[in-house]
Amino acid sequence: MKVRVSVQLKPGILDPQGKAVEQGLHGFGFEVEHVRIGRLIDMDVPGTDPAEVKAKALAMCEKLLVNPVMEKASIEVL
Amino acid sequence: MRVAVPVFPGSNCDHDALHACGTVMGWDTIPVWHQETRLPENTELVFVPGGFSYGDYLRCGALAALAPIMADVKRHADHGGLVLGVCNGFQILCEAHLLPGALLRNESLRFIHADIHLRVERADLPFTCAMQPGEVFQVPIAHAEGNFTLDPADLVDLEARGGVAFRYCSPTGAIGADHVPNGAMNGIAGIVNLRGNVLGMMPHPERAIDPKLGPTGGMGVFRSLAETFTRA
Repeated sequence: MKVRVSVQLKPGILDPQGKAVEQGLHGFGFEVEHVRIGRLIDMDVPGTDPAEVKAKALAMCEKLLVNPVMEKASIEVL
Repeated sequence: MRVAVPVFPGSNCDHDALHACGTVMGWDTIPVWHQETRLPENTELVFVPGGFSYGDYLRCGALAALAPIMADVKRHADHGGLVLGVCNGFQILCEAHLLPGALLRNESLRFIHADIHLRVERADLPFTCAMQPGEVFQVPIAHAEGNFTLDPADLVDLEARGGVAFRYCSPTGAIGADHVPNGAMNGIAGIVNLRGNVLGMMPHPERAIDPKLGPTGGMGVFRSLAETFTRA
């Protein structure tokens, strides 16, 4: 099954990239705030039960994909 | 004194570590490819070098932390063996859970290379015992991700247990945000684990110990290690 893991910096963790992009958008006249940059990880995970596949993806987050000091993730089974 | 220097694809300070420990200090220093599963027999110090292991993919140090040799580095640390991680080596030790915290992108978003000053916060460690508490020394930094970050509660714990080994400071030892090059919390440049045998730091003491190449501000760390092993 297709799985998408979205990794975002936790609230309160400084995101200088987001800040720089926000300033860039301001430069074009866009009214925007709280720009945060994250990472999308798409993958195929064997299995047909969405709950089971999601559990596998969660284990991957804990082992490697996410550093809990600074990041949090959400998992979508597509 | 036997030193092992793990070498990952993308390590680029491994030769600095080999030069400092081998040529300058005269220690028996052995590079160890990351695919190896065992450190050399009787390794006393593991020096995890700087660089861009695995191209900094995913997060700095995240993939190197999974390399086969790291399991033996953890075993070495669990048995009380010394581990020193510099720059990317520090990032790897955090990702391997040998040290707490994470190194985020510098606040300025820029790669910074500069000579900076550090203040010794712990002078009772195997890595600092030849230095004085509060002593100031100058060493270079060269990194884009050195912004040390920890959950606020864990940061309080780290400070309370004396986990901070080195802090960025002014040339006279003053502490303050003005002297922190990368935005690191509490100006933290180097930390040590609870047991005191694993130290990670962003600055490069190994790049400042050979008088033929320039200043020798980093010598205190190596003198301390030499004393530690003479005493043992």
